[in-house]
Amino acid sequence: MEYSVVSATNFNAWFGDNHVVKDVTIKIEKNQVIAVMGPSGCGKTTFLRCINRMHELIPGATAKGSLKLYDDDVYTMNPIYVRYKIGMVFQRPNPFPNLSIYDNVVAGYKLNGLRMHKADMDHIVEKSLTSAALWKEVKDSLHKKGTFLSGGQQQRLCIARAIAMEPEVILFDEPTSALDPISTSSVEQLFHELKVNYTLIIVTHNMQQAARVSDKTAFFYVGELVEFDETKTMFTAPKDIRTQNYITGRFS
Amino acid sequence: MSMSPSDTSNKKKPKKDTVANATVDGTIAGKEQMTLMKNKRLDLSYVQMKWETVFRRILIVMSVIMLIVVAGILATLIVQSWPSIKSLGIGYLWGKVWDPVNNVYGAFPFLIGTLLTSFTALIISVPFSYAISIYLGEYNTKGWLSNLLKNTIELIAAVPSIIYGFWALFVLVPIVRSFEMKIGVAPYGVGVCSASLVLAVMIIPYAASLGTSLIRMVPSPLKEGAYALGATRFEVIRSVILPYTRSGLFAGILLSLGRALGETMAVTVLIGNTSAIANSFKEVFFGPGNTMASVIANEFAEADHPVYLSALIELGLVLFFVTVIINLIGKRIITRYTHH
Repeated sequence: MEYSVVSATNFNAWFGDNHVVKDVTIKIEKNQVIAVMGPSGCGKTTFLRCINRMHELIPGATAKGSLKLYDDDVYTMNPIYVRYKIGMVFQRPNPFPNLSIYDNVVAGYKLNGLRMHKADMDHIVEKSLTSAALWKEVKDSLHKKGTFLSGGQQQRLCIARAIAMEPEVILFDEPTSALDPISTSSVEQLFHELKVNYTLIIVTHNMQQAARVSDKTAFFYVGELVEFDETKTMFTAPKDIRTQNYITGRFS
Repeated sequence: MSMSPSDTSNKKKPKKDTVANATVDGTIAGKEQMTLMKNKRLDLSYVQMKWETVFRRILIVMSVIMLIVVAGILATLIVQSWPSIKSLGIGYLWGKVWDPVNNVYGAFPFLIGTLLTSFTALIISVPFSYAISIYLGEYNTKGWLSNLLKNTIELIAAVPSIIYGFWALFVLVPIVRSFEMKIGVAPYGVGVCSASLVLAVMIIPYAASLGTSLIRMVPSPLKEGAYALGATRFEVIRSVILPYTRSGLFAGILLSLGRALGETMAVTVLIGNTSAIANSFKEVFFGPGNTMASVIANEFAEADHPVYLSALIELGLVLFFVTVIINLIGKRIITRYTHH
């Protein structure tokens, strides 16, 4: 068995009194694409947001249990450092509207007031945009505002922005649900290329997408992690009746 | 007319119920009722269509009335100040002496007084309005403390200005006076400094409450995008929230500046009412002065000479234009910030 990048043990999360993630134990291996699926309100997005400690930004939200990045407990680390190491891409593309494409890519460095040489910055921008399959489309308009791009391009810009920080893990919260089919397939294509360097955890509503892009799939139901297995096994021979009902469309 | 749509809709409801009953009882009664209903519906749609036109006209008339009122004010100011414009000319604007006894009128000291008090007040108030906006908009958006603060700050705008004037006269002026003694200027107490301080307090709510609402409206995906890149709260405020709300915050400041320029009562009580211009900046700032609004308030009742009265009205005209010009410049800055 490979070394696990992210591992949760008996992990719980709440919104006030509402127990949304219940006793989740999971080990996520390096350079894999993990799909997290389940019906609406099953706690999958909350669990994702717990991994980079975005959950606690919401007033009244709490979490308990062990969650590790390699050997370090995420909840004893500085949250700022956690978010450097674990990037995130959101449901709706959210490039910073006041920044150019170039500045959006290096926003992580600029926000934190890190100074660097122009040449290094150029290098990071080109590398990140190339990895996000956006370089060819935008290389002549790097200094235009990021919000001029199409939805799919904006989402790839957000991916480039996450990659630029050289994270270990990138979290995707329903990254294609606001995109058209063509943009969706270009983002999915990207997942295959990104997993060479990163570990990807993708929350998705779309079972076909989970089947297409992931190595392993986690199925959440009412806050519990019901099943976590190879995607192929999961879709062909689910062990739990709830997983089976979900993938055969008996509830959504 | 304005009652008619609600009237018809009230009548309609019971009718519907009787129709339902009738159809249960018998078909003939039901049919009659149905045709009745149909006619009623036709009438209703006619009334509805008519109301659309009438409503739109009411809106237009109301808006145009405001335009006429402003034009009327401007026309009155120009007509009434015509004698003064004719006899004093453009030199009125930079004439440094205001001496009604000898029929010499120069608006310059008051122009300076208005601009100095307003901009000093603005400089003092801006850090407070920004701090309050950020605290109530981002840090403490819910709960009793947040509500208490927000309501209190909005209440500041509701307190009549004469009350500020009196409060400052009894509390603030002695403090300013003792400070003036310490730094070695004539200890008047009343003057530009006191007036600016009170003005600053009075105008804070305008920028602060607008700023609070704007900062609360910053889309959370945008903030989360920055947090997810490892930004601290301060960095999110500096790099996401403030750039996003920049033009709106500036508009709030402009709103409070407009208020400061025209504020009359509190300033009249505190400014010290002198028409002479002091020699050094220190004396101008700590000594008594006058603003355009305070001169009008103070001298209007005793203006016995036609040119004197007309010169005071011309002051009003100048104040009108100063406010308009500052607002236009502000609008230019806002559009430049938003469209680039």
